[in-house]
Amino acid sequence: MLERTGIATRDMFEALLPSEERRKKGAYVVMECYEKIPCNPCVTSCAFGAVTMENINELPDCDADKCTACGKCVSRCPGLACFVIDETVGDGKVKITFPHEMLPIPKAGDTVDALGRDGAVVGKAEVLKVNTAKNLDRTAVITVLVDENLLYDVRSIR
Amino acid sequence: MRIVEHPVLTFGTGKEVAFTFEDKKMAGLEGEPIAAALHANGVRELREHHGRPRGFFCAIGNCSSCLMEVDGVPNVRVCVEPLKGGMVVKLQKGNGSLMLGGKA
Amino acid sequence: MSAALAAAAVGVRVTLMDRWSELGGQLIKQTHRFFGSERERAGTRGIDIVQELRDEIAANPLIEVKCNTDVLGIYSDRVIAFEENGKFTRMTADKIIISTGAAEKMLLFENNDLPGVYGAGAVQTLMNVYGIQPGNRVLMIGAGNIGLIVTYQLLQAGVEVAAIVEAAPRIGGYKVHASKVRRLGVPIMTKTTVKTALGDRFVTGAVLADMDDSFQLVPGTEREIEVDTICLSVGLNPLSELITHTRAEMRYVPQLGGFIPVRDDNMETTSPGVYVAGDVSCIEEASAAMIEGSIAGVSAAIATGMHRPEALDMRDEFVDQLRILRSGDTGKKIRDGLKMLNQGRAVNC
Repeated sequence: MLERTGIATRDMFEALLPSEERRKKGAYVVMECYEKIPCNPCVTSCAFGAVTMENINELPDCDADKCTACGKCVSRCPGLACFVIDETVGDGKVKITFPHEMLPIPKAGDTVDALGRDGAVVGKAEVLKVNTAKNLDRTAVITVLVDENLLYDVRSIR
Repeated sequence: MRIVEHPVLTFGTGKEVAFTFEDKKMAGLEGEPIAAALHANGVRELREHHGRPRGFFCAIGNCSSCLMEVDGVPNVRVCVEPLKGGMVVKLQKGNGSLMLGGKA
Repeated sequence: MSAALAAAAVGVRVTLMDRWSELGGQLIKQTHRFFGSERERAGTRGIDIVQELRDEIAANPLIEVKCNTDVLGIYSDRVIAFEENGKFTRMTADKIIISTGAAEKMLLFENNDLPGVYGAGAVQTLMNVYGIQPGNRVLMIGAGNIGLIVTYQLLQAGVEVAAIVEAAPRIGGYKVHASKVRRLGVPIMTKTTVKTALGDRFVTGAVLADMDDSFQLVPGTEREIEVDTICLSVGLNPLSELITHTRAEMRYVPQLGGFIPVRDDNMETTSPGVYVAGDVSCIEEASAAMIEGSIAGVSAAIATGMHRPEALDMRDEFVDQLRILRSGDTGKKIRDGLKMLNQGRAVNC
């Protein structure tokens, strides 16, 4: 599937999730890096030593207990493959944080279309936070609130 | 066709200069390749070869697809030739002639 | 640029010639962050890497830069003939490093000469260097890294990409790049190719068709798609003309991009004193090209005998860095190609 369409399956994504217990505790990072490419900014950018890699040609391993979900890797990953998910907001909603390098850049408070992995509109997203700090180097990091059943789907907005 | 806003890049605003293409007046930015200025004006057909229209292809002066007549000189690679004010740019038909200003 | 910096770092004088008006080659078009490790400036955009390299070169008194300079010929006594700003002249070098890069490959299909059929590099130049949209609606041919990245850059430039078609059954580029464009709504069609470009004076559309497992068109699957630009990213050919002047042995290795020079671990060709680096020696990622440049630069410096003592250790480190970068899954094709090149199983020419 991934190699034909560019879309990772739900199973592939769910295999990356931390333990139930950790997910209930707070936000965590999911590194949707499914292919062994020689690359490691996720390791070197992590201030908490949470991300490790056997060698540069292996997949990253994120220790969810060390990860503070700070989101640094979200802007540093050249593959734009790191996302922060927070399942503790309640009310049937989840927070998803993703990198955004397209125009327009939304503002906090905007309601926008939530896009699924194929770019189709899967629902509405409320923009909670837009970080365009200079050290992010033109990769905005955006946090949106979406229905919890869209946990796997939403990785972008329009 | 010029990009106004871009999430990563900012484009310098060069000096605007006038030139002509097939006797039509056009404007471009000084120093940008002639082909870029033509493209910004919606011109994609740059020459005719074996009776078929040709545009640009490689943009690095390598492939000869974009040869045009500039100020009477044929076979100018317009993808790398910088635009200057007052240039007279023409479609080139065929191979171009060694005789300056001559017909191919 | 990496080769010049590496040679100058160990104390050797360098003259750097480039036909463009500024140094940087293809890096000036790369708006995305690079892969690799910190040593290869991973996580930094190509456009920013080029600025760092330019600054380092400008600050180095051992490097003389000649832009707007076309190298016309290299003779057996290491005389280099060149045209600088319209003037013909020559110089002699102790050692020569050739890193002339690569050019876009063409693809055979009906009307492929119509204006609007552009190489991916040309599209990048137009939009990322000169800020001009190449068209309104683009069909991308090829789902390798270049096809995927240029698609992403087209979207950033506000251009619609109708689809990416790929003849092979699988996406060739990094899947993270594929996911990036897919989630912005660009369909990727594998086992599909372009059969015909439509249009009279310029592209107005294309006919797509399915391909079977042996890369043959499946009759009856043709369908039209409306686009005004067809962007080709079907691979690169090494620009090896200058290498052939030196009579270095060339071999055909498909995995490495075609006719490439035989060379040793230090990037020296079979023509003594002539080194190669980058896409002209093997079509690969930019990070690998930069390390190859460093290896070639230090090696050429060592061969002059004028180098500082630390040069030998530096070379070992660069060689090791390149080996590590190529040691994973994605480096297999390169490793296979190099094995073929070294074992002489490739076609001589």
